[in-house]
Amino acid sequence: MSGYRKYFGKKILWFTITFVVAVLLNFILPRLMPGDPVAVITAKSAQGMSEASAVKEVYEHYAEEFGVNDPMFKQFITYFKNALKGDFGLSFSQYPRKVSDIISDAIWWTIALQLPAIIVGWLIGNTLGALAAYIRKGFDKAVMPVALFLSSLPPFGMAVLLLVLFAIKLDIAPTSGGYGYDMIPNFSWTFIKSVISHYQLPFWSIVIFATGGQAIGMRSMSIYELNADYVKYSRFLGIKDRTIVGYVFRNAMLPQITGLALSLGTMIGGALVAEIIFSYPGLGTTLLSGITMSDYPLLSATTLIITFMVLITTFAIDIIYGFIDPRVKAAQFDE
Amino acid sequence: MKHILSQVFHSGKFVVGFCIFMSILLLMIFYPIFNPGNPLQIVSIGTFAEPGIYVSVYDAVDSDMNTLKLDEAPAKRLDSVLKSEDRVKMVMWFDAAGIPVDNLSIHDTEALLTLWEENYDATIRPEGMTKADRNYFQRLDGNLKKVIVTHDKVLARQDPSSSELSVIRTIEDTDYVNIKKVANVKRLPLGTDNFGRDVLKELAAAIKTSIFIGLVAGSIATLIGLTFGLLSGFIGGLVDDFIMFITNIFTVIPAFVLLILISYSIGQDQRGPTTVAVVIGLTVWTWTARAVRSQVISLRNRDHVNLSKLSGHNLFLIIFTDILPYIASYVIMALILQISGAILAEAQLSLLGLGPKTTEVPTLGLMMNWSMLYTAHLNGYWWAYFPVILTIALISFSLNLMNTGLDQVFNPTLRD
Repeated sequence: MSGYRKYFGKKILWFTITFVVAVLLNFILPRLMPGDPVAVITAKSAQGMSEASAVKEVYEHYAEEFGVNDPMFKQFITYFKNALKGDFGLSFSQYPRKVSDIISDAIWWTIALQLPAIIVGWLIGNTLGALAAYIRKGFDKAVMPVALFLSSLPPFGMAVLLLVLFAIKLDIAPTSGGYGYDMIPNFSWTFIKSVISHYQLPFWSIVIFATGGQAIGMRSMSIYELNADYVKYSRFLGIKDRTIVGYVFRNAMLPQITGLALSLGTMIGGALVAEIIFSYPGLGTTLLSGITMSDYPLLSATTLIITFMVLITTFAIDIIYGFIDPRVKAAQFDE
Repeated sequence: MKHILSQVFHSGKFVVGFCIFMSILLLMIFYPIFNPGNPLQIVSIGTFAEPGIYVSVYDAVDSDMNTLKLDEAPAKRLDSVLKSEDRVKMVMWFDAAGIPVDNLSIHDTEALLTLWEENYDATIRPEGMTKADRNYFQRLDGNLKKVIVTHDKVLARQDPSSSELSVIRTIEDTDYVNIKKVANVKRLPLGTDNFGRDVLKELAAAIKTSIFIGLVAGSIATLIGLTFGLLSGFIGGLVDDFIMFITNIFTVIPAFVLLILISYSIGQDQRGPTTVAVVIGLTVWTWTARAVRSQVISLRNRDHVNLSKLSGHNLFLIIFTDILPYIASYVIMALILQISGAILAEAQLSLLGLGPKTTEVPTLGLMMNWSMLYTAHLNGYWWAYFPVILTIALISFSLNLMNTGLDQVFNPTLRD
């Protein structure tokens, strides 16, 4: 078991380092911005004041309040401590709501939408890719270009097309929101039905987008594995085709799991923009309102949460990978 | 080199991708030549003019007219005001007003119109009909009256001092104008956008900016990735550890998030296309670095590299003569993927309102952003967003297709 402990220990160390760097970037980048935010706020509230000393007093008051007089390092420690407690301050645009409240409302919508959609897309994509590699001929010729085109369609484009086709032309799905605009969230049957019908279009647009890329990756991996020596040797030994296909797909699948971990950031980014098209009440829409309303605390907290989600998921994939890849397992036990 | 090129152009996928990409480039280059002028110029007042050919009415009435006797003209005129849903509504009116409609087919225009003329009365208020519906029928009736009875139309000029009207000419229903004789005809193949700008002209300019962004961002990302990958893979040791440390961190922290934070921090005024391109390039290099590193590691201990080392060649010479030529095809493929990724990244940034400054240049993302802000997709103005989506998809599709083609040429195991 010590091998596993070492593997996990290393992963946890990486996770911690990356997390600290992410928080650090979230802290530093906006502070590199040209201009003095305190001066801007002072200028707003000191409108009409003519006396220079009074304006200066207001400025100093704000500087004290926001803690910008402290050394950078101390500011970062405060920021980091508060971030760990989930305290991101008050929202500018939805004052006096807390940023953490806004995010905790939005985050479950995003998780409930994206996690299943990415998993389903990954599964469908891998199955199609594997089949294309195994069957080749006609099926491959049809699946490949379609998958390539689907993965080339930007996720927001897919969202718009589905929206126009199903919600406007065919009128079988609602156009926007996470539930009917005339409802208050509760656990009644009508509300759940409304949520499900609003869920369909964003869900499928993410699924289709995730499917294309995975199918292409899986196809190349499977073709590569099908040509490997061990396959030829197994055929030579007379092992049944089915068993060989099992080996091949297991081996081709492993890089796909790593691939998922690596492309997760891009996928979630794309899916967040797709959320915006449907005005889905998730983090994507929160992000947009943070940007358009110049609500810095909201924006910064949302990006931090998104980073954190990606980190956690990558970490989880790494752990799962450690369990299923025999090579990782073997490497652990050798040590 | 020649041999490689001929091999590459034998790959069907590469050729198809190349052709699509070239046709987009041709549109980008030649459309502005045929239709010169500022792509951001506002040509129409009001939003979202439909695609089509716009003929100046002011000039048309002054042009020479020919008389054409066309049998189908009245029917066409009628069809333009009497759509099939109008016919269904008319039957509904008859039903509501209690008029028998046995054996009446909605395609039998003549019977439908006679029955309508005989029975329609704006003062009747059939039960269950809303005011909006009654207004609709009044409008329809007015339109029908206009086309059924052909009055000559009179063109008059107003005297500015006395406001008196003097007749210039009468226009009959058989008068036609040759479109070539009209001084002002404007072709808007894709209509206008929310600001009233020519969409196709804007699209051609936007493709140019977006491809520029793609090239700059892709080159920066590939250059950084290549340098880091080469150093990390070839030198190894501490340099490798350090570079991989940075690379691993930035692989996990999503580039998307970094892009948002940096673009937001730069501020709207500073964000030109070049700035956006540089920011994208600086955030997306990580996977190129990883890929190049693993390629270099597999090359590092080859005999020809060792021979070069023994001959006392310096680091740069070895990298340029013994390593780079072997991974060149790989780097080009990475560059292609980076370009298409950067174009997409710009579009997504713009949709979040963090794209290049809007008033200076059009980009594909900005066009998309504006059409979404004006809810073009909810109102059926397809020409404002669909060409943009299609262009992004086709650029990315053609680049991916070329990439797959190259992959098959350089990785024989993947060949069909």
